Amino acid sequence: MNERREPVPAKDVALEDIEVELFVRALRLRHGYDFSQYAPASLKRRVLQLARALEAHTVSALTARLLHEPGLLSVVLAGLSVPVSEMFRDPDVFRALREQVFPVLASYPQINIWQAGCARGQEVYSLAILLEEAGLYERTQIYATDFNEDALTQAQEGIYPSKEAQLWSRNYLAAGGSHTLADYYSARYEFIKLDQRLRRNVIFANHNLVTDEVFCEAHLVLCRNVLIYFSDPLQDRTLALFRDSLVRGGFLCLGTRESLDFAPSSIDFTAVETASRIYRLGPRTAVRD
Amino acid sequence: MATPQAIVIGCSAGGLTALEALFAALDPALPQPIAVCCHTGSSTVDLLCELLGDHARLPVVEAREREPLKGGVIHIAPSGYHLLVEASRRFSLSVDARVSFARPSIDVLFESAAEAYRDALIGIVLTGANSDGAEGLRRIRQLGGLAIAQDPADAEQSAMPQAALDLAGADHCLPLAAIAPLLNRLCLP
Repeated sequence: MNERREPVPAKDVALEDIEVELFVRALRLRHGYDFSQYAPASLKRRVLQLARALEAHTVSALTARLLHEPGLLSVVLAGLSVPVSEMFRDPDVFRALREQVFPVLASYPQINIWQAGCARGQEVYSLAILLEEAGLYERTQIYATDFNEDALTQAQEGIYPSKEAQLWSRNYLAAGGSHTLADYYSARYEFIKLDQRLRRNVIFANHNLVTDEVFCEAHLVLCRNVLIYFSDPLQDRTLALFRDSLVRGGFLCLGTRESLDFAPSSIDFTAVETASRIYRLGPRTAVRD
Repeated sequence: MATPQAIVIGCSAGGLTALEALFAALDPALPQPIAVCCHTGSSTVDLLCELLGDHARLPVVEAREREPLKGGVIHIAPSGYHLLVEASRRFSLSVDARVSFARPSIDVLFESAAEAYRDALIGIVLTGANSDGAEGLRRIRQLGGLAIAQDPADAEQSAMPQAALDLAGADHCLPLAAIAPLLNRLCLP
């Protein structure tokens, strides 16, 4: 039990960090994707995991392949991007959107919603369903963006493993859905496919929060569990981007465990529903308590 | 090891009872931050924090992203997120895939904390019915930290501390009741 080897020397751990840093630089210099402002601990995990999955013995070996193999970029981006979510993840948040945000959105003749970092689209379809049931979808335009082209393609297809359907159906009901989730998908073999009519007012587009700018005027921005991967300065920059994209009194919805305590730009937002991390642009404009 | 600067604890099935007993016996003057990953299966850790708070003589809070680890405070990993410690010794969260079927995963917390604190970290694996935490404990030992496993014979569920012992070994393998006295001895100035 008490046998122990000599600890790994500090320089060996530092070497791994140097390799990750060089990988990140190579990705930026060769392909233009900048991960240098991502929170280091989870980024390192993902890079090491990618190296293992691609059977590269070291991160440096992975870096060499990233530089020379044209096909590797999409695999790397998929490995580094925000992973799969659920439909109606955190049902209380969707309930809060429906009960507190939708009534305000209803006052606009045309509603623009930006789903930033939409990954494989689970939340886009969730939102479309709730808007449909609230009678708002006809006059809504959803912009669903991600930097990962493969994820966008999958999001457009709206095909998911059917083993997810049970949990998602429960989430849907807990979120206050008025039908059953099965009304919105067809099941075949091991997959479900979301009703493609739900896509009619969605524009899927490539947008990178790290490097791209404002592209729409939104009444609601949803960006859940994306900023948790960003360093403080990048989180703040992205918040400013959301601020500049929102109309006066527009809404921002973040992940339920996200903190704005270290983001100076958060001063522009007022919490509407703290537990659901729903904010409104502009001071003291709370909808209701 | 160096003077301990942080403590990380992992547990699963049977964890609540074990943590209650452990925290009740910890000296309230302990200056180190404590971070806990406990698989609960519920959607929040509000109740867990409350229950542990009734027994602990140190404050028990849910760990928040970007917050520095605070000395003398017990931080609980939120449900549904991996909890990581950055080199800056602040918390971060991720919703990356489950590790060892778990999110939060003990391995993720331990491995990141090991890199942040190196030989100034104490890692503890308590009762549980899976093998999460074994890799993490190994990493803690690799980087010179101190590893404690609950004696499997004493644990409500023996699989987790046994897996940790098999893979990582430990500097101390103790019944639960002996762990708090050891921590008080190692950690008080």
